Amino acid sequence: MGRNLFDTVWDLHKVRTLESGQDQLFIGLHMIHEVTSPQAFQMIEERGLKVLHPERTFATVDHIVPTANQERPFQDKLAEEMMQAIENNTKKHGIEFFGLNTDRQGIVHIIGPELGLTQPGLTIACGDSHTSTHGAFGAIGFGIGTSQIRDVLATQCLAISRPRVRKINVTGTLKKGVYAKDIILKIIAELGVNGGIGYAYEYAGETIRGLSMEERMTICNMSIEGGARVGYVSPDETTIEYIKGRPYAPAGEEFERAAEFWRSIASGPDAEYDDVFELDANTLEPMVTWGITPGQAVGVSGRLPRVAELPDEHKEIADKAYAHMGFTEGQEMQGQAIDIAFLGSCTNGRISDLREAAEFLKGKKVSPSVKAFVVPGSKQVARQAEAEGLPEIFTAAGFGWRGAGCSMCLAMNPDKLMWRQICASSSNRNFVGRQGSPTGRTLLMSPVMVAAAAVAGQVVDVRNHIQ
Amino acid sequence: MPEIHIKVSSVEGKAVPIHGNDIDTDQIIPARFMKCVTFDGLGEYAFYDVRYDEQGNLKGHPFDDERYADAGIMIVNSNFGCGSSREHAPQALARCGIRGIIGESYAEIFAGNCTSMGIPAVTLPASDIKQLVTAVEKDPGMTVKIDLAGGVVVAGPNRYHFEIPSAYKQSLVDGSWDSTAVLLANLEDVKKTVESLPYLNGFRRAG
Ligand code: SF4
Repeated sequence: MGRNLFDTVWDLHKVRTLESGQDQLFIGLHMIHEVTSPQAFQMIEERGLKVLHPERTFATVDHIVPTANQERPFQDKLAEEMMQAIENNTKKHGIEFFGLNTDRQGIVHIIGPELGLTQPGLTIACGDSHTSTHGAFGAIGFGIGTSQIRDVLATQCLAISRPRVRKINVTGTLKKGVYAKDIILKIIAELGVNGGIGYAYEYAGETIRGLSMEERMTICNMSIEGGARVGYVSPDETTIEYIKGRPYAPAGEEFERAAEFWRSIASGPDAEYDDVFELDANTLEPMVTWGITPGQAVGVSGRLPRVAELPDEHKEIADKAYAHMGFTEGQEMQGQAIDIAFLGSCTNGRISDLREAAEFLKGKKVSPSVKAFVVPGSKQVARQAEAEGLPEIFTAAGFGWRGAGCSMCLAMNPDKLMWRQICASSSNRNFVGRQGSPTGRTLLMSPVMVAAAAVAGQVVDVRNHIQ
Repeated sequence: MPEIHIKVSSVEGKAVPIHGNDIDTDQIIPARFMKCVTFDGLGEYAFYDVRYDEQGNLKGHPFDDERYADAGIMIVNSNFGCGSSREHAPQALARCGIRGIIGESYAEIFAGNCTSMGIPAVTLPASDIKQLVTAVEKDPGMTVKIDLAGGVVVAGPNRYHFEIPSAYKQSLVDGSWDSTAVLLANLEDVKKTVESLPYLNGFRRAG
């Protein structure tokens, strides 16, 4: 039987087995941001250690960055302090930093791929759970805690246990109005928010093969919402084509050699897995979350579940969800009024997301009852969008156009829900309080569904609004 | 380099039950309190939005229940610590005095973070958790012990055999949970890996 990509790449990076039984794994690419790294620098300094491979760590700022007024010093003193900490730490340790004064700043999981830092066959770690995003390239990307950032800084390695690998085989054709976001929301709804614990998810099958790199990133991004720390897609010609010519990608003859290596690590047709899950894309419809975990999602034409009919282990969290959201068992999500529409995040803040939403918004207007804004995932995404005239389309429709950052995905910056506002969001988490108000409410959906909800002032089935 | 090898072979203390599945790290420490460059002040914000209403009044969370004051062990249900990778979550709990966790299951990054901090996070079946919680709620003063080396949770007359990934148990019991020193010891091997990795050698190595 053949080997899957995960095993191949893991073995390439395995330094040795530790006494604890964990593996010492070399990290090919380490990315850091301002929220989870300052304590790690403090830890290595307290021990008199230096950064072992500063050339393999790259830094940016995303979480705390204001998206409306980015002038320094920031009005928020704590945010300014964090900004200065990452500036000082990267300078002191010789780490390349894509700060606000560069044209390469953006959400860490968006800039890695767009700069060509993210490549197949790498192990990638970042103090951020959505590092699974980078798996779209056939890398092993996983989120780590701050003590582990300390380890990567000091040793370029992690002590970590090897997970099992589950293949998620997606076949069939996506209907119009159904997107990569809907595939991953469906997978999480089916396998559960803890179904992936202990697993790496390999997304495979003809449907995945047919997706663009950006769509693959959307899917891998939310692996962690299904409990899987790692999600990946084997590299193919789509991957290789995407990387070609990017600033940190190999060039010339080296690129050809690299491409050959990348092709060689893809999971073979007879690769072995610990588990396989099949999903039929033909049956998918646009998904919307109704609750307080990303697994509480329904097809937009469906009705919300009745708690009594749910399996026992889902009853309590469903009760909590109904109490928080104020929805009624058996109701439809269509017609549910919204207050805010947020387009952005590392899940859906890339150029293709913005293009699709803008295409939908041409000639339309945001409902007067909705505040809508779009936050490009990176400065490069913003520049590209500007070159294509997208900001004009967004602003004509009534969407605010902002600077790059995490924005209202987690509201560590001035973008926040207020009170019980309800937000149609292209981000990845609908946890209580996630978008900045303890009583605020989040409905996760695809970017085009967000655009459609903004226009209608309520959740709609986007399939009825596109040709 | 100072090596820290503190062995964690058992932790014991009063226990506090936190009810609910899928308690995410945004609940354990809301993002707005992560605007800090050290972990020092996090303790007072643990579970903030579940503990306080919007006027700042206590809502009756177990962390504010006098019966559980000074608890060192936390009892939780399934998928505890899901969501964000923020180590701020276990760091906040530790600053509230939590030194060990007993639960049905944990999100992986959370469990790894706990281990990196020397906090054992052990797993019991749902039925045992239920029994344990009932016992603790009946007698909040009772001492609960996580005997890591022995593989049991001891609560009054009851003993429960727990599970924990063997690597976590091993590294806590032998004091290598503070992994930096362990990893640094193998830098020669790291060099070999660097020499063999295709992308660090112009893709001239087959890998
Ligand atoms: S966009 Fe959201 S999920 Fe992504 S890195 Fe930023 S805060 Fe995290």
